[in-house]
Amino acid sequence: MSLLELEGLSRSFGGLRAVDGVSFAAEADRITAVIGPNGAGKTTLFNLIAGSLAPDSGRVAFDGADITGLKPYRVARRGMARTFQAVKLSRKMTALENVMIGRQVRSRAGFASGMLAAPWTWGEERSIREESMKAIELLGIEEYRDKETGSLPFGIQRSVELARAIAAEPKLLLLDEPASGLNVRETRGLAELIARIRGRGITILVVEHDMSLVMDVSDEIVVLSFGKKIAQGKPRDIQANKEVIDIYLGEDDA
Amino acid sequence: MLIKRYLPPIALAACAFLLPPILAAAKASFLLTQLTMSAYYVLASLGLCALMGYAGQISMGQAAFFAIGGYASSFISTRNLVAVASFPAVRFLDALGLLTRGTDSYGAALLSPSPWIACLCAVLLAVLVAAVIGTPVLRLKGHYLAMATLGFGLVIEKIVRGTKALGGADGISNVPAFDIFPGLAVTGGRAARAANFTISWLVLALGLLALVNLVGSRAGRALRALHDGEEAAGAMGVDTASYKLKVFVLGAVYAAVAGVLLTHYNGSIGPGEANVMKSVRYVAIVAVGGMANLTGTLVAGLILNFLSLRGVFGRYDDAVFGIILILVMMLAPEARALGLGAKAALAALPRRRGGSG
Repeated sequence: MSLLELEGLSRSFGGLRAVDGVSFAAEADRITAVIGPNGAGKTTLFNLIAGSLAPDSGRVAFDGADITGLKPYRVARRGMARTFQAVKLSRKMTALENVMIGRQVRSRAGFASGMLAAPWTWGEERSIREESMKAIELLGIEEYRDKETGSLPFGIQRSVELARAIAAEPKLLLLDEPASGLNVRETRGLAELIARIRGRGITILVVEHDMSLVMDVSDEIVVLSFGKKIAQGKPRDIQANKEVIDIYLGEDDA
Repeated sequence: MLIKRYLPPIALAACAFLLPPILAAAKASFLLTQLTMSAYYVLASLGLCALMGYAGQISMGQAAFFAIGGYASSFISTRNLVAVASFPAVRFLDALGLLTRGTDSYGAALLSPSPWIACLCAVLLAVLVAAVIGTPVLRLKGHYLAMATLGFGLVIEKIVRGTKALGGADGISNVPAFDIFPGLAVTGGRAARAANFTISWLVLALGLLALVNLVGSRAGRALRALHDGEEAAGAMGVDTASYKLKVFVLGAVYAAVAGVLLTHYNGSIGPGEANVMKSVRYVAIVAVGGMANLTGTLVAGLILNFLSLRGVFGRYDDAVFGIILILVMMLAPEARALGLGAKAALAALPRRRGGSG
């Protein structure tokens, strides 16, 4: 059974059908990419999966359960983590503190025990810190650990956000255009990193504009155009698909 | 690092014991009264600091919760149950030791709920009201949240000012002493002055300690994360609505406890405590303290309240707080001016002394 299954997912804004009857499945331990020209509905699709938007119709199944219409925090607690196209960090918190937010879904200490600094939270607090440090080391951003993220270069902020998602040890990681705003060298590093994350048993669904990255890392590619799925297959097949070449590679900004 | 975090509450607790003899030696013990009152006002500001500074949810209704605490506690503890003393329920409470006996100024017998009961009921009432108001209102953001909480504050002020049972414009007086332990009571008067100063600063130190703990905890990180973006916090599994409500209730509890204690200390409460200008003060103190800065709020609150209670600002008392708020907002849109300035000064100190950084 697939880890993530979408069935006839649709969402309109006014008269615009941003996502129109999209169905596909993301297999466990694979990297699935969703590509398409600007305005194809990729980010809307992501928001439908993560619960930030409710679909007009259709169904999202994750890890064997129907999660359609669940609030984002409930989806996250079921083992889905995400990054955002425009990095969303707490600017006044340090890199480490931001990454520690990723451990929320893996920890339990509540409001009252926090106020009391109750001894039974100490062990958990230590493990939150240790696991967050592991994610920071994986991303190679140790030197920025105690810096407020608002002051960090954009590329580093991207890494902090990714570390935060990894710290949650999700079953599924959603990456929304992880290469946007990165230079060529950083993008190459990102490709290696994505492969390494998959190596830790994390399934990845990535929305991406950067074709080189997608062709490099993905096992399966889904192509969207005007909200509809127009093709799905291995990178090799997609590269040879006439329709995809027409709508996507034929475009100037591709 | 850890020591630095806990220094302010430790210092407060130390001052709670050290200041009375020092001021006595300086023949300035009369200052303890205003320092005691300041501590309670600062307690209400600290609660607002958690809500507004850390979680980013502004409330212009903090004075309302202070008044709810003070009024509820004084209303309950000034009930005279002598006429109904034979009722089973009253006798049951009496048997549990929850009633106190006394005589009023005309020598008539008094049988009243103990201030412990009054305090507990007052705080529970504040929790209830905060939950009922907070649930719908906290869906709002920014200006809308400010206006909604302002409206709530106005309603509470009108209620306490217009309700006969609450004394109308006169408020409630002859509020009894709050016996915390036998021999130790929250009450005014010269004899109890030093002890009450110690009580108030210890309560403040405890309140600060709990918030220092909270800010560094898992829940505190969730609050700070939702400050900067509810979407990202939600995506990382933070139930933002629940956290916002909890910190709103927490702020209300701090204000209510402050209201209860100050009312028993003063022996009275008036509708001025519910005035919107009081809410503006709480906000101004958190803002000038650097928003997400407990120590800043503490220091700014102690200084400004003390000066205000000493009458330094004279007729311009309210205006001073209004102007402070305007200046902070203009000069430091993120309202961190003083906090950052103090931080920078502190950071520079050891470097200069050690030479090697």
